[in-house]
Amino acid sequence: MSFLNHLISGISLGSIYAIIALGYTMVYGIAKMLNFAHGDVIMVGGYMCFCATTYLGWPAWMGVVLAVIVCTALGVVIERLAYKPLRMAPSLAVLITAIGVSYFLQNAALLIWSSNPKTFTSVVTGEALSLFGGQMQISKVTLVAIAACLVIMVALMLFTGKSKVGTAMRAVSEDKGAAQLMGINVNTTISITFAIGSGLAAIAGVLLCSAYPTLMPTTGSLPGIKAFTAAVFGGIGSIPGAFIGGILLGIIEIFAKAYISTQLSDAIVFAVLIVVLLVKPDGLLGKHVSEKV
Amino acid sequence: MAMLEVKDINVYYGLIHALRDVSFEVNEGEVVALIGANGAGKTTTLHTVTGLLPSKGGTVTFEGKDITHKPGHAIVKLGMSHVPEGRRVFAGLTVAENLRMGAYTRPKNEIPESLKMVYERFPRLEERKNQAAGTLSGGEQQMLAMGRALMSKPRILLLDEPSMGLSPLFVGEIFKIIEEVSKAGTTVLLVEQNAKKALSIADRGYVLETGKIVKTGKAADLLNDDSIKKAYLGE
Repeated sequence: MSFLNHLISGISLGSIYAIIALGYTMVYGIAKMLNFAHGDVIMVGGYMCFCATTYLGWPAWMGVVLAVIVCTALGVVIERLAYKPLRMAPSLAVLITAIGVSYFLQNAALLIWSSNPKTFTSVVTGEALSLFGGQMQISKVTLVAIAACLVIMVALMLFTGKSKVGTAMRAVSEDKGAAQLMGINVNTTISITFAIGSGLAAIAGVLLCSAYPTLMPTTGSLPGIKAFTAAVFGGIGSIPGAFIGGILLGIIEIFAKAYISTQLSDAIVFAVLIVVLLVKPDGLLGKHVSEKV
Repeated sequence: MAMLEVKDINVYYGLIHALRDVSFEVNEGEVVALIGANGAGKTTTLHTVTGLLPSKGGTVTFEGKDITHKPGHAIVKLGMSHVPEGRRVFAGLTVAENLRMGAYTRPKNEIPESLKMVYERFPRLEERKNQAAGTLSGGEQQMLAMGRALMSKPRILLLDEPSMGLSPLFVGEIFKIIEEVSKAGTTVLLVEQNAKKALSIADRGYVLETGKIVKTGKAADLLNDDSIKKAYLGE
């Protein structure tokens, strides 16, 4: 029974990684850049929800809505101020800027909320689901995280696959110049991508803090890096890839903690990543489109 | 007044002066060829007209509107469509999706009609509509690029090296289609290295040499011009 319990917590953690990884992969897939500040947007989302519920006494759902709105706006503003001026610059310059934005957000949070950890009140309340006469407990947060992750993945796949704006996003990701010749506003399209990615980061932040209720300015950074790993693991740029990568990463991490070593769990996670990338450099579902020229 | 009027545009790539006071015009209903050697500035000229490159000084006027500083994506809506050099179809999108992107600026209810029109002109595209564009042959990709541009229902079509890298059979077919598009009422500005082919279907032509227009005239006259024969027609 403990195996099943570990599996469930792995999937739960993995769902949160997957939601973060979906944001990473959207932005990478369309704008072709690694937004290393993505993890810190998660942290901002956590603090927003925390402030709304704890300081202002708002109901949990309003806290979530506030977090999503603030993070969506934050994502668009970051893109406009920090990344858009570098649209023509070499990708290394953009990468370094992203790291800078990440530190900026962490330090701004340090100034506003100090380094003292805050105890986050879970936005999901209610009795845990009890199975097999109480041998197995599944918390409500776990259920909500898994459900949210599935809904988000399907919604994103439908959006990018079927809708006009989603198709335009794929066109922009392939060839910005040609997309512009179609009448697509490339800047607006990239802004929408950042808005979606950052909105997802807010949801991930709230779920992460609900499951692991310690909130600090560095809260987003390790999950951010792990989710990035998950996105690469699954094949960066691929939506189902980010989903599978996130879930697998969560399961591997929890199993490593449970059966091998708590201290070594992160090292094991990254070792698995290295092996996967050695065998399949594009990630599990990475697309390698062969083209005729 | 000319439909498209380009006046004294100057373009720089860093320190390189790529276009020097380039001026030309295209009248409604015409096919105008812009010919020149590799690196003469033909593609740069088209990119400047459609807003992909900024011009230092000079003006581009389309149907009386100054579009010199309009962003590229806004120009499509005015009725100008540009088929870029090297086709640049969206390889990962299907043929149908590529065509829909061509109609990005148009209302949804008008798209089926245009789609039908394009499939009639290019039956091969309809056969392959659910295939990723990257899997098409070079000639089919050129057809897709042209079909995609026609989806915006342009009044003027700008074509950049449509025959590049195609087999002679496809080159003939592409030029036949350009003539048909022109007959159907679309004005055409054609940039080509294949000067002979281009001038044979054009009304007028301009010769571009190292960033400057050096000669202009009726296409038939240019075809018989000795210096052009020598330099561009290989005779």
